[in-house]
Amino acid sequence: MAHRAKSLIGTCDDTGAQNPETSPLCVRGLTVTYGEKPAVFSVDMTVEPGKMTAIIGPNGAGKSTLLKAALGIVVPVSGLTQVFGRPLEAMRSRIAYVPQRASIDWDFPTRVIDVVMMGLYRELGLLGRIRGHHRKVARDCLDRVGMGDFADRQIGQLSGGQQQRVFLARALAQDADLYLLDEPFAGVDAATEKAIITVLKSLREAGKSVVVVHHDLATVTEYFDNVFLINTRKVAEGPVAEAFTPETLQAAYGGRLATAQIDQLAVAQG
Amino acid sequence: MSGAEFVPLSLTPLLIGILAAVACALPGNFLLLRRQALIGDAISHVVLPGIVVAFLLTGAIATWPMLLGAAGAAVTAVILIEAVRRLGRIEPGAAMGVIFTTMFAAGVLLLEQTDTSAVHLDVEHALYGNLESLIWLDATGWSSLWDVEALRYLPPELPRMALTLLGVASFIALFWRALKISTFDEGFARTLGIHTGGLSLALVITASVAAVAAFDAVGSIIVIAMFICPPAAARMMTDRLERQIGWSVVFATLSAVLGYVLAGYGPLWLGAADAVSAAGMIATVSGVILAAAARFGPCRRRAGAPAGV
Repeated sequence: MAHRAKSLIGTCDDTGAQNPETSPLCVRGLTVTYGEKPAVFSVDMTVEPGKMTAIIGPNGAGKSTLLKAALGIVVPVSGLTQVFGRPLEAMRSRIAYVPQRASIDWDFPTRVIDVVMMGLYRELGLLGRIRGHHRKVARDCLDRVGMGDFADRQIGQLSGGQQQRVFLARALAQDADLYLLDEPFAGVDAATEKAIITVLKSLREAGKSVVVVHHDLATVTEYFDNVFLINTRKVAEGPVAEAFTPETLQAAYGGRLATAQIDQLAVAQG
Repeated sequence: MSGAEFVPLSLTPLLIGILAAVACALPGNFLLLRRQALIGDAISHVVLPGIVVAFLLTGAIATWPMLLGAAGAAVTAVILIEAVRRLGRIEPGAAMGVIFTTMFAAGVLLLEQTDTSAVHLDVEHALYGNLESLIWLDATGWSSLWDVEALRYLPPELPRMALTLLGVASFIALFWRALKISTFDEGFARTLGIHTGGLSLALVITASVAAVAAFDAVGSIIVIAMFICPPAAARMMTDRLERQIGWSVVFATLSAVLGYVLAGYGPLWLGAADAVSAAGMIATVSGVILAAAARFGPCRRRAGAPAGV
């Protein structure tokens, strides 16, 4: 029975040309429901290593839910997740996650540097002592996102863009191989957007894989290598040039995206 | 006041008051940040059916069965609240409201249906202790603290409360890092492999054990106040969780000491003849401290206020 169910869902071995062992994140048959209605329905996703992938789709299409279910933050009804070819539980140390900024209570009594230190939890454990080199790692990560001068600020005193950069610094402190970010560019200033994309590109240069839930169609071509289009079900997946086309956008967004906008994007894409 | 008067009459109630206040304030810090601070109030209601059931099972008004019954009811309630919150997808306050009224009502019905009125099962006396009565009559002065014979007759609430505080403090110290991360950012905590559901349950169970032990020793008013007032006042003194915990311990202790002294001597200073309830005065003092912190605390910026002002 177990075997049958597995074959229905599919496995991470049938990923075509790619070596399944190297896919940083492979999802098969993932279904998540909130109440009666599925938020994500039978989705297969194979993230390509060393690339920047955007998850895009209309509001309520299940972009964040897909990410959260793949990470076990919400429990899927069905589905299989593999991280670097192994079960998620065994691979947690290789994952860094940046949640949506709006999901956090920014009034929480903690400083910027303390938030970044949370990224060292896997290394420190429950009772490990914080030593000088841990503090140095945290400060270096803050410097990389241009927030070195704000280490002792309470997090609520920062602007939205600064808060987002602190979260990115925490992900950097995790020193992972797969970075998953949920709407990191939502409501941030231009300087922050530039700082974040610079850091993400440097991660890619270092051979890391980056997956971003993204909402701004205008920057997809400029920022990303691959796209994953979703509207509850998977619409398209692949390199931007192949999967991010007027046809796939129409299929994902339907009438919600004006044809003129799609044409414009197609032009921008060249 | 001389030791001969202070040690037998005031030392033990004062110590028990401090221990109870701190034991409730410590988990209160996390409950407040998790928007679950009303759990103290909820638990004070749900223990009723637990006490009645314990009485029905044992047929006697004894401390331990009642404590266990109350603790059992509190833990049941906490699990039910979590279940309602998760399955019903409603906010924690509403889930608490549903469970504690239902269980309290069930307790009242149970009390009415079973002919317990004949034995006068007075809940107030069975569990909701009276701080002033926790005296140590075998003490003759400070020297009694070294007198093994006199120490044997310490009010049992004192060691019980000390043990409870030790348990609560150990839980928080042991799981400090995981508690902090999962309170701040639950989704992130889960990606780290922290079992946030289990931890959250463990926190409320710890809080309910502290609450039941404190109900027994000092009564429900102090418990409800101490879960909320010292942590809330402490939050306005600092922007760091570590220091907030420290301030909450200071405020809880201050409330217990000041409240006890004011209850005993305040009316006399004002020319009245009788002392007032220490429990009531301790809770009042904690409220006054909260008001003062809200007015003068250095970190009382409103949630959601514009940044950098």
